[in-house]
Amino acid sequence: MSQIKLHRDTDWSKSIARDRVFDEAICGLTRQEERVLDLGCGSGELLYRLKKEKQVQELGIELDSEYVADCLARGLRVIQGDLEESIIDFDDNAFDLVILNQVMLSVPNPLDLLENGLRVGKRVVITFPNFAHWKIRLQIMLRGRLPVNKDLPYEWYETPNIRLATVDDFMNLCQQKQITLLEKQFISQSSNGKLRPINFRPNMRSSVALFCLANHHQNIKED
Amino acid sequence: MKQLPGFEPAGRISLGLVTTSRITFKGDNYILELESGNTLSPVTVAYETYGRLSRNKDNAILVCHALTGDAHAAGYHTGQPGEKPGWWDLFIGPGKPLDTERYFVICSNFLGGCKGTTGPTEINPATGKPYGLHFPFYTVKDMVKVQKWLIDHLGIEKLLAVIGGSLGGMQALQWTISYPEMVAGALPIASTARMSPQAIAFNEVARQAIMSDPQWNFGLYEPDSQPASGLALARMIGHITYLSEEAMLSKFSRRFINGKNRGYKFEADFQVESYLHHQGSTFVSRFDANTYLYITRAMDYFDLHTDYGSLKKAFSGCRSSFLVISFTSDWLFPPACSQELVKALRTAGKNISYCNMDSDQGHDAFLLPGNRMGEVVSGFLTRLQNEL
Repeated sequence: MSQIKLHRDTDWSKSIARDRVFDEAICGLTRQEERVLDLGCGSGELLYRLKKEKQVQELGIELDSEYVADCLARGLRVIQGDLEESIIDFDDNAFDLVILNQVMLSVPNPLDLLENGLRVGKRVVITFPNFAHWKIRLQIMLRGRLPVNKDLPYEWYETPNIRLATVDDFMNLCQQKQITLLEKQFISQSSNGKLRPINFRPNMRSSVALFCLANHHQNIKED
Repeated sequence: MKQLPGFEPAGRISLGLVTTSRITFKGDNYILELESGNTLSPVTVAYETYGRLSRNKDNAILVCHALTGDAHAAGYHTGQPGEKPGWWDLFIGPGKPLDTERYFVICSNFLGGCKGTTGPTEINPATGKPYGLHFPFYTVKDMVKVQKWLIDHLGIEKLLAVIGGSLGGMQALQWTISYPEMVAGALPIASTARMSPQAIAFNEVARQAIMSDPQWNFGLYEPDSQPASGLALARMIGHITYLSEEAMLSKFSRRFINGKNRGYKFEADFQVESYLHHQGSTFVSRFDANTYLYITRAMDYFDLHTDYGSLKKAFSGCRSSFLVISFTSDWLFPPACSQELVKALRTAGKNISYCNMDSDQGHDAFLLPGNRMGEVVSGFLTRLQNEL
């Protein structure tokens, strides 16, 4: 109960715009009628779109009962629960695509979540805010303050991001763990909400990042 | 069905007048073989239907009632001013979650009930007297068997959904196991796959309240002289378990019946007491004591884990989609019961959705407004229809 309260206190509505930044890209990475698991699916915006445009067999996991009710009311398949606990029960390769849209940094064990994602899904899409963006660097260096902006819309005392990561950190992890990178996309979001794709020096210049990874079972096949 | 304008709760359209039908299953094809090893024949079933069965017969929803419910789930019987509508009128009717413009809704009094279906109050053809304690023990599985007869009789090969709260949810679960090919969707609400020892304990106290009333007389009371105090007490105990601490606090607080003054008496002094007394005494006029004993026993014996080896095995052959709903403040069938069920269905690879609704209304939340169950159920049913 106390755990649920803890999560409920986060005002997820603050990051609604940020969480939709990569919807188009994720839609593009999804194939027709795939089995899709969205971990931390919120009110189901993305799943609804994937179901409509790609006729996916959807499943969402979401902790907040209000969001779960939103999803169910619009006819989506959703199970209320903690995503780290829930993912353990799924069989290997139970899904074609696992989506971790802006949730990896808000869990206590991001690496476990990532590895479990790669176990239950053939592909995993991960998005997260890039803490090495030049504006954040400047902000800390010159003002000595943690960033609060469109990509990180929370004060330090209320942020759900209990982990921090940069584009290079994540790529380094993928290299270490020998995870196959299928696709990466970077976006810079300006203060007026304008989105711009970043192809050059993403660690410095992108404010949000998307990675699509292939799971180990597929690597073996490819070898 | 006639509309009765101005007669329904504000903003909602009622079904208007409805009637209860009865069908008797008799003859060699209808010898009910009970789980206990006994048989029962003939079996009469009281039921109501609302809405129209589609040409393809693919829009039927079976509603299963809880402990003290009956076939009268929605609409009105007489239309007299002050008449209360069916027990789930909030939920069933034109434009409501179980939309009778879209769905054909069926509700029957379950086997062993006292509202028109064969049960302890009905006449035993062998003796010409009410069955009383000669009525055989029955289980949730037996109830579902009889419901299947009714669904067959109505010419329906596959139900779009089976829905029920509490004991009704147990029936919905049993349906997906007993007749997997007949259920597209199952909606167990505030329910459980097995009775907890705590819930059995409350049932036992209720039964002891009835059986220790001298009027009970080993079940041999006349219909008009029920063990009133025992049955009322049983109902009072039940009602405590249906509410939550928060619900009681907001409903009654510590208010006295007479304003702020203590009465210095043992008769009802607090408002919560008079509420319970009222619930108890009105119950006696509408429910039968022996029936209460049998139904609570059927609940106690419900245990899908043991019946099928494990919960996962229980559902291994089932093909239904599930929507499981629990309520945060339900401490009789707490969310953990639903979550155990959800986990089993999920690991068995079944198509399942689950919502633990925020509510301070306790176990009874599924009968009350003020939560989002309606839109959630409606969204699920629409999806079921699209997937047919």
